[in-house]
Parts: sequence; C-alpha cells; structure tokens
Amino acid sequence: MKNSVGKRAQRVDGLAKVTGCAKFVADLMPGGALCAKILHSPHPHAEIVSIDTTAAEKLPGVKAVICGRDYPLHTGLYHVDQYMFAMEKVRYVGEPVAAVAALDEKTAAQAIDLIKVRYRKLKPNFDPIHGMKKSAPLIHPNLHKYFHVSAINPVPHTNIANHFKIRKGDPDSAFKKSFCIIENRFHVPQIQHVPMETHGAIALAEQTGRITVWSSCQSPFTVRYLMANCFKREIGDIRVIAPYVGGGFGCKAGINIEPITVALALKCPGRHVKLILTREEEMYTVVVRQACHIRIKSGVDRTGRILAQENEYIWDCGAYAGYGVNIVRAAGYSICGAYNIDNLKGDSIGVYTNRPVGSAFRGFGMSEIHWAIEQQMDILAHELGIDPVEFRHINALKPGSHNATGELVTVNTGNIHKCLDQVAADLGWGKKLPKYRALGIALAQKAPAMPNNATSSAVVKFNENGGVELLFSGMEIGQGVMTAMAQICAETLEIPLEKVTVVGLPDTDYSPYEWQTVASRLTFSCGNAVKKAAEDAICQMKIISAGIFKVRADDVVYKNGVFSHKNKSIELVQICMGYQFTDGHTVGGAIVGRGHFTAEGCINCDPDTGYSPKPVANWTFGAQGVDLSVCPETGRITIHKVSCTYDVGKVINPLTIEGQAYGGIVQGMGAGIMEQLIVDEQTGMVKNPSLVDYKIPTALDMPEEMTASFVETAQLDGPFGARGVGEHTMIPTPAAIANAVYHATGVRIMDLPVTPEKILSGMHGLDFDSKDSNAKPEQPVSRSKKKRGRPPLYAKKWDRVKR
Amino acid sequence: MNTVSVTFTINGEKETRQVRTDMTLLKFIRETLLLTGTKEGCGEGECGACTVIMNGKAVHSCMVLAAEIDGADIQTVESLAGSGELDKLQLKFMEHGAVQCGFCTPGMLMTAKALLNSNPNPTKAQIKEAIAGNLCRCTGYKQIIAAIQDSSRGGRK
Repeated sequence: MKNSVGKRAQRVDGLAKVTGCAKFVADLMPGGALCAKILHSPHPHAEIVSIDTTAAEKLPGVKAVICGRDYPLHTGLYHVDQYMFAMEKVRYVGEPVAAVAALDEKTAAQAIDLIKVRYRKLKPNFDPIHGMKKSAPLIHPNLHKYFHVSAINPVPHTNIANHFKIRKGDPDSAFKKSFCIIENRFHVPQIQHVPMETHGAIALAEQTGRITVWSSCQSPFTVRYLMANCFKREIGDIRVIAPYVGGGFGCKAGINIEPITVALALKCPGRHVKLILTREEEMYTVVVRQACHIRIKSGVDRTGRILAQENEYIWDCGAYAGYGVNIVRAAGYSICGAYNIDNLKGDSIGVYTNRPVGSAFRGFGMSEIHWAIEQQMDILAHELGIDPVEFRHINALKPGSHNATGELVTVNTGNIHKCLDQVAADLGWGKKLPKYRALGIALAQKAPAMPNNATSSAVVKFNENGGVELLFSGMEIGQGVMTAMAQICAETLEIPLEKVTVVGLPDTDYSPYEWQTVASRLTFSCGNAVKKAAEDAICQMKIISAGIFKVRADDVVYKNGVFSHKNKSIELVQICMGYQFTDGHTVGGAIVGRGHFTAEGCINCDPDTGYSPKPVANWTFGAQGVDLSVCPETGRITIHKVSCTYDVGKVINPLTIEGQAYGGIVQGMGAGIMEQLIVDEQTGMVKNPSLVDYKIPTALDMPEEMTASFVETAQLDGPFGARGVGEHTMIPTPAAIANAVYHATGVRIMDLPVTPEKILSGMHGLDFDSKDSNAKPEQPVSRSKKKRGRPPLYAKKWDRVKR
Repeated sequence: MNTVSVTFTINGEKETRQVRTDMTLLKFIRETLLLTGTKEGCGEGECGACTVIMNGKAVHSCMVLAAEIDGADIQTVESLAGSGELDKLQLKFMEHGAVQCGFCTPGMLMTAKALLNSNPNPTKAQIKEAIAGNLCRCTGYKQIIAAIQDSSRGGRK
C-alpha cells in the first residue's frame, strides 16, 4: 500500500484545530496558577545602579519578585551572552530587568510598578557600521569571556559577535579583467515575526526538585538542555511539554521566556506560574529579525559572466546575539546566493547594537541577503543589456560548479534552472504589458543552518490492530510536520495512512529527541528518522517471520502488510504483537521500531577562507516571479500574480506544501512592501509596537493570484528524495517585487520595504513625464558606483524608452 | 469589585452569571466559561483571533464587556460541531488546507459563519472584505478564501 507519500492528505491536526479543541499554552489553566509579569528596561543602554523590590514584595497577593541578583545566570544557544535578567546594565528597551508572580494579573501589574530601579544612562549605539569602529561604546565589554560554539568567531574587545569570511579565488585580479564593475549598497530593516499566538510558558517547581515547563516553543529539547545549563540542574530534573504552537517563524526557536517562569516558580514551589506575553511585549521584548547593511561589488565580462564579487553583510544583531551569530554564519556560507562565482570575497559580520534582540526568522538570513543579491543580478543584467532570466541562467549554479565554500554542485543538488524556466513560463516572461505594469524575478537558495551534529529520532510502536503510534519531537508549528511524518511512516510500513496515529506534541520525558524545529530541516531530518524507525520495525518482524518460516531473514519479503517466503505468508497484524502458533505458544512480542538521523559528512567552514567541501546537509533552490503594477499618482503597488517553483526533491504532501508556498509568498510580500520595526534613535523605543502601527498583510493585501509548482530532483539522502522548503517560500519575494517595480517605473529601491512613498519620490526624482533628462533622484534610492564613466543607473530612462 | 448579573445564551444554552464590570467577553468566555477555542491574539481588537458571533454578527470578543451580553445570543467555535456533526465550513477548511498553526482558525471560522449566515453566496471580494479583520500569518489566505467559497451555497459540493 505505497500510496501515502505524494498524497493530497488532509492535516492530521486539522480536526483539533477547526473544532477549537487544540490546546495552546494559554489554554492550559492549572488551578491556582500565579500570574507572572516582567519589568522591562526603559533605556537602550544604561548601568543598573540599584533595584529595590521591597515595596513590590510587601504588596498583598505577590508571591515572588526576582531580578538579576537572584539568578546571575547566562543563557544562549550558540553564543552564551545573555543574562536571564539584566545584571550590570541594560542593553535595549524592553530587556527584562525583574519579574513578579502574583495571585492575579492586576496585582502582578501593580507590583511591577512598585519595583524601583535606578539607572545611569550610557551612550547608546543604533548603527552597526558605527559599532564596528573603535570609538563606538562597547555593548558587551566581557565578550571575550563568553562561551560560544566552535563555528562562531567573535572579535574580543569589539562589538563584533561573529565574523564569517569567504576567500575564494583571486578577486583582485578578476576585477581588473572585468568589462564592467558595479557596486551597490542595500539595507534591510528589523521586522517582527508576528505569530498570532504570543510567547507563553507555564512552570511548576516541585519540592522533589522536579521542574516542569509547558511552553510555546519550537525546540522543547533545546529548552530543556539550555535550562539545565542555566539553572545548573541535571537534564533529567527538567521536563518540557510543548502543546500546539500558534506560529513560530523562528521567534520561538532556541530559548526565550522559559527561564523567567522557572526562576519565579522556584520561589513558590508547588504552584504553577504562567506568563503570556502581551502583543506589545511580543513586538520588541523577545526577538525580532536582524537588520542588515549590505554592499555588493560585482565584476562581469562582456558575455554577462560574473568574474568576481565582494559581498559584505553587516548585521545589526541587536543587544544580544545568542542565536543571531548563526544567522551571520549562514549568510557567510551562502554569501553569493545561488550563483557560480570563482573569485569571491565575502564578509558576514554580526555587530551588537542597542536595538531589540535579533534572532532566527523564517529564511534565517537568506531573505535578507537575497534582497540585495537578486537586485544586484538584475542591475548587472540591465547594465549589460541581457535579459534578467538569461543572465541568471548564465551565472546560476549548475552541475560541476563550486559554490561559495568550494562545495561541488552535482546533478542531485537541485536544479535551479528548471525552477527559473518554470516561473518565467508561468508569468509569461517577455510578454507585452501596459505602462507601469511589469514582471520581476528572483532566485533563492537556502540550506538548513544547524550544527553538524543536530540529530532527530523517532519511535514507531505497534498496536493490536496492526496500526502504529508514531512518536517524534518535531514541533507542529503550522507547517504540517505531523501529516508529513504520518505519510512517510505509512509509506514505509506499507500500511494505510489512517493506521498511523501521530503522537506529535512532545513531552521530553516520553518523546524521542529532536534538536530543534527550525531551518526547514524536519521533512529531511525527522523524516529520515521516521523512515528508519519504520524500517527498523519491519526488520524486526522479518527476523521473527524468518524463525517461523525457518529461513534466513534476508529471504523474507515484506509487501503491503504481508511477510512472505515462497508460498508461506504472515500478515503484519498477526506478528506485530507476537506471533501465536495454533498450540498457543508465542514468539516475538510488541514491536517498537526506532530510528535516528544525523546528516553525514558536514564539515565546519575554515575560519580564514570559509572553505568546506560540505558545509551543510543539503540545499533547496527555487525561483519566484511577480507581476505587478504601480499607480503613478499614488505609488501604490497592485500585485497581480506571484508564481514560485522550488526543487524540493519530492513532494510529500501537495496540499500542505502549497500552503507553505502561499503563506511564504504573502509573508515575503509583507516584508517586501509593508513591514519595518521603527526604533526611535533618541530613546531607543520601538515606535510601532502594535498591529495598528505595524501592519502585516490582510486578506485584502494578498496577490490577486498565486501559483506554486515543484521540481523533484531527488535528494539522495532525503526521505523518498525530499528536502526542506518551509522557509524558502518567502526568501525571493521582496527582491522579485523590487525588480518588478524597477521594470515598471525605473525606480530602484535598495532600502526595504518598497513603500509607495519611496516609489513616488523616486519617480518624481526621475521626472519621467518631463523632458528634463538632468533630473536627479531625490531619495537615496541608489548609490551605484561604476567604472568607465557611465552615468548613474537610476538617472537614466533607457529602460522605459526601450519599452 | 463591581459585578452585574447577565442572562445570555451561549452555544444554544441559556445561562445566568454574575460578571465583573471590567471583564471582557473574551476573558469571560475563556476563563469563566472555560471555552478555550476562542483565542486572544492581541486583546486590542486588531487581529480577530477572538471573534465570536453575538446576535448574528461577528464581533471581536476582546472589545465587548461581559456586562454587555445580557439578553445576547453568543456562539463560539465550539458551537459549530455542537450537534455532533462538523459544520460544512470546518470540513472545507480541512479539505482546502485552510488551517496551518490553527491559532486564527476559530476566529476565522466564526467570521466566515456570520458571513454565510447573512450572505449565503458571497463573492470572492466580499469574502476578502469579511475576513480582512482576521489576521493569519501562516496561510497567505488563499486556501481560507477557497474554503469559504466552497462552503457557500454556490460553492461546489
């Protein structure tokens, strides 16, 4: 019964979610739970002179008040740079300084107001480029003392939390041979994940020493591990239970508010302490997407081949970089996107500032760098008079190419050229369009950014009816992992999908280990573990069957739920709980299959050159195209159509993968044209911490049409050939939009998001409708620098004239 | 602490309760009636996760005081399959892949239900307009709109 993988199966968690039965953390209401509240720093950078909690402690109904001196403990995933509560100083507005647990919300809020903190203000810095200079204030003077994983390279006594370098070939000589050199700068602002469910956690500390945490998290095992380190406990003392998660997009990866609830719970043993963040707190006190300042300089020959490139990414990590340093690393080994460039100088540098904490966000750095890379490719194509699709075909990776780290691309790596052609065909690339309407295209590549030892495991346990309970700890955060795992399990066991019951909401006491639900890694990694667990179960039953048939296990054939040898056969249901002979004696027993998977052969990049023959487990490539019009009076964009194609190796479930594609496109569109977290550089305060002022796409904003298609170049070590795609779908959208806007108006916007104001200002600057060819852009929409004395790109009208 | 007595119908059953005058309908539904299908996404009337049907209209329950519901008829997501059978909307949401993380789903369903009750055959534009106050960060709305359209009278079987 091999018909589960590739089936348009409905979600296994759908029924719980449409009936309102699915429980999220806030829906858990243990009797007598205390309400927790956090006191946040009002300053972006200040010394903490004193904290007086006396009045708060005396308030009736207050059960615990804690601050840094109670728990002077650090946490962090890749770079252990953050205290649970600010200690010597605060580093961003919104940083937790103290917390209370009280009988009810009102009392907790009153107690927060009674905590007196005296600060001595320090000079803040909000600019990572300034932060790299010697004159900048040091945000982490003890950087050199922090523990970090080996793949991270902080620079002691600076604000640089990580510096990843790519040095490939000889860029200097190659630039000299170039026909044309173009250099541009781009900027990506901080944005917010805006999961519909804010962060929440409940902690219970018992007198036995046992700590239990219910958390809205993407990584229950990582939460447990980091918490054990942070509180100096045995891992076994801590139990993390993860109910349904109402959207993560990276913000619930790693560890977040859990230690605060535990610290409070330790002060009131036996009582549950519940902390659910408000929407305002969600917007800037936990994590956001990092900002990035980008410079790309490319040298091309007359045929359009890129000979040399310099890519410089200066990341605004915000106040802490426990997770952000790995985004810096991921951007480093992916430095030039999906292109084959022999001579490369790449620098990805993460810098501390006094902005909100940057962390993982769907795409993990790739959406940010592709904003620049994919516009630069379009700019180069235009400059050479080559069609942007053709230009990408000339330069994109193909079998035999070596990517930025020197890894060889093979026929199994994934086929970006097919994706590009499919998207071009879907959009009708080259078709004639009315004035102010145009197409734009962008490519994407991404690898799962995870430690080389990140591992997944799964358990398949049989029931009396020949069905199974499938256990794993990949978190269902909306992406459909429960359904995909059920399909992989059913396909491998050759049993109907309905026979698989997913026990997918992890409890670290009972569930098999999973590193984290991040990086689009579950279909690949957890999927492999599930497949191996099912294969292990079959193998065990083959051995038992062989004993019954009196043959070697290798001679037993398993097909569609039946073990057989020549004319003898036993059904799965007869053997999965032990095989009973007619006289009553029984062999075998309840079958439990187990599997684990860790990507093989991944090697850390060389710290000086970035070289690695295999820096990551795999790559997923894709392309996205946009058809849009711009209103010349208002600058408003109407997106008519977005088409995307990804080479996913194998589509496990068409229904859920389409959901990932459409959802990613619209989230990418939000980042592309609407979203930006605005920090007031006087006060350090976020000026738009609500859904009123920070707009995300509604049903009225979505593109008029979206299509998604998939190429299936099998990943050799993927389950049924599959590789990940969850994040990739939002990576190329902003750049594709910007490219289309340029084609439609002649305005090139390098500073995300693409707003009507920027478009209009650029259009007026270009003064399209007058004859004045000397008009200059008012907005710094471009800082294009080129050799050979040609005029700046954006003061030219040739693109429109060509039409 | 001021309280008032309110008599209301919740998912078809009549009840009388004392409620605090500062309590929102959302809090009352979740914490007093323990109907946790209705979600809080912002508490400020901006996201729609807390949408319930009050006297036939979709409302943000975080923007209504519990004290206001005297005499009102309230339906939450739990009412949709109250008869023991799933509502057509629930089936179509599953069939079309209109559910991902599921946090916006109850509110989205109640908005859709109120729309179809008042307009059994809405156009795509009317559906978009109706759910514009219900934010979803996962799906990109396409499959939600398809599910609602397919649930309408003119939708395919």
